[in-house]
Amino acid sequence: MPEVLKAPLVVEFPFTRSLGPVQSAFLTGLRERVVLGVKTTDGRTLVPPVEYDPVTAEEIRELVEVAPTGTVTTWAWNPGPRRGQPLATPFAWALVRLDGADTALLHALDVPGPDAVHTGLRVRVRWAEDRTGAITDIACFEPYDHEGEPARPTDHTGEFEDRITGIVAPARLDYTYSPGRAQSAYITALSEQRTVGERCPSCRKVYVPPRGACPTCGVPTAEQVEVGPRGTVTTFCIVNIKAKNLDIEVPYVYAHIALDGAGLALHGRIGGIPYDKVRMGLRVEPVWTEGARYPDHYRPTGEPDADYDTYKELL
Amino acid sequence: MTRDIAVVAFAQTDVLRTSDELSEVEMLMPVLHEVLDRTGLKTADLDFTCSGSSDYLAGRAFSFTLALDGVGAWPPISESHVETDGAWALYEAWTKLLTGEADTALVYSYGKSSPGSLRDVLTRQLDPYYVAPLWPDSVALAALQAQALIDAGDTDEPALAAIAARSRSDATSNPHAQLRGSLPQGEYVVRPLRIGDCPPIGDGAAAVILAAEDRARELCARPAWIRGIDHRIEAHSLGVRDLTDSPSTRLAAEKAGAFERPVDTAELHAPFTAQEVVLRKALELGDDVRINPSGGALAANPMMAAGLVRIGEAAARVHRGESDRALAHATSGPCLQQNLVAVLEGDPR
Repeated sequence: MPEVLKAPLVVEFPFTRSLGPVQSAFLTGLRERVVLGVKTTDGRTLVPPVEYDPVTAEEIRELVEVAPTGTVTTWAWNPGPRRGQPLATPFAWALVRLDGADTALLHALDVPGPDAVHTGLRVRVRWAEDRTGAITDIACFEPYDHEGEPARPTDHTGEFEDRITGIVAPARLDYTYSPGRAQSAYITALSEQRTVGERCPSCRKVYVPPRGACPTCGVPTAEQVEVGPRGTVTTFCIVNIKAKNLDIEVPYVYAHIALDGAGLALHGRIGGIPYDKVRMGLRVEPVWTEGARYPDHYRPTGEPDADYDTYKELL
Repeated sequence: MTRDIAVVAFAQTDVLRTSDELSEVEMLMPVLHEVLDRTGLKTADLDFTCSGSSDYLAGRAFSFTLALDGVGAWPPISESHVETDGAWALYEAWTKLLTGEADTALVYSYGKSSPGSLRDVLTRQLDPYYVAPLWPDSVALAALQAQALIDAGDTDEPALAAIAARSRSDATSNPHAQLRGSLPQGEYVVRPLRIGDCPPIGDGAAAVILAAEDRARELCARPAWIRGIDHRIEAHSLGVRDLTDSPSTRLAAEKAGAFERPVDTAELHAPFTAQEVVLRKALELGDDVRINPSGGALAANPMMAAGLVRIGEAAARVHRGESDRALAHATSGPCLQQNLVAVLEGDPR
């Protein structure tokens, strides 16, 4: 059995999210060093504020300003910060109930070690230097031992100049992709310019590329079968719009090709023939470029066209 | 309309830290064949199929459609999918059988966590505005819950270590478990949680077959009848919740009839030790109830399958005559965010 292949796979996307009126006011407030909460109909103040009451589901819009100081309600010491987390040095995660709020906000707490934090610790917001209207405008919390009057929430209109209406939240996850046994064998053979499918032990169909199972019978495929290299165009389309980052002149033909011996068609580009001369039944063969791991395109073999009856089940 | 519906067969893979040599369908297929073999059914005999999985785990878009290759979905089958633990797929299949539109259903789920960094992947299920941008990983959130329990006097580190030890000790009789036997609690991962308080990260799959009424009796000598099943959710903001309690679990259990009579066994989906403390309290489980004889999620926690495995393990004990009335629980999300409770019973012996 050939070695199972592996490759790094990065999934990265900048999610653009619009904000509701309460979220918009809260995040704009952070940019202006103001922490806003929202009042529920039974008089509680939620920080961070939400658009709908988590108990009654009522729409809630009455904003109040709370203090940038508060109390730790629970914490956890994080000895190994991970990518994207608020601080690069060991820190405590904490839920902080800000003075004037009835609920707690999750953030990082910058303390030198786990002995410097406990539930009930008084803390205050440390603002980020560059603030854009995001939860990360709070850089973290820090201990704050000043005794004073407990703050009460005060009314706030939620109005700011240049209020933000959306955020861009970048997300990146890193994977090590492995395609499994069947596809590894297929890719390995392809690098030797051979196309190897797998036959279903039940219905005898040969799958190219193989995925390890016959989707019709629901049984594993294992018997390897070399197919092609020649095949028949079963159907095709003419591409008229140039794809981004693709150096192929349009129009060109993209076709379903049933390789000889295969039980289903794969797809590929057809070259070496004017686009308007390609037809169903055209016999083709792969064209490999130097060092490539898969055919660049397929070109006519010059054989007579295949009979419709020979490929009609493969359409 | 009401119908008696039972779990009639259960199968699961061994749970492994990595399974590079297998694609998802290659991992899943043996389990599908095993569960069908137990009943003598073929795919064509099944009235409904429902699966649970998440593309984020392995980073493969639409992986559930590829997994369907292992079912043999031709001629076209009646099929559905949930993007969460397979316990919720079972719930959907149960409702389908209740309508009378189906008499049998296949439920399966699988998760390959090994290709990615699970602690980071799971941050992507959090509130995208206020929480996800901070990338708080799954262990960190569970640790906040554990500290809240310690502060409340509900548990302490030795009690958590005892839960870990009991789970891995019980797992010695579970050939599918990933962690078995005596293991050190180890260092803090995120304090107060140590390595031993956290579930192993592993790849695995599970499948069950549901059947209604007489069909269930034909397919299984002692069906595990679902006397009740319900699922509930907490408010999404962690700071709104009382992390030391699980009102959603309690309500789901009440709706499932769990409190009507005592259960003898409970399979709880508590990936972190401290969460078992929360669940025991919410479910009012006394010391006479056998908790997680399989070893539970601390011994094997294949994402998207571990909840379905709890139902399967509880049902299998009923099948074998080792339980007469069992509770199964499944969870999803941070700090027991969503909870499902099922009550399973065997016919009197």
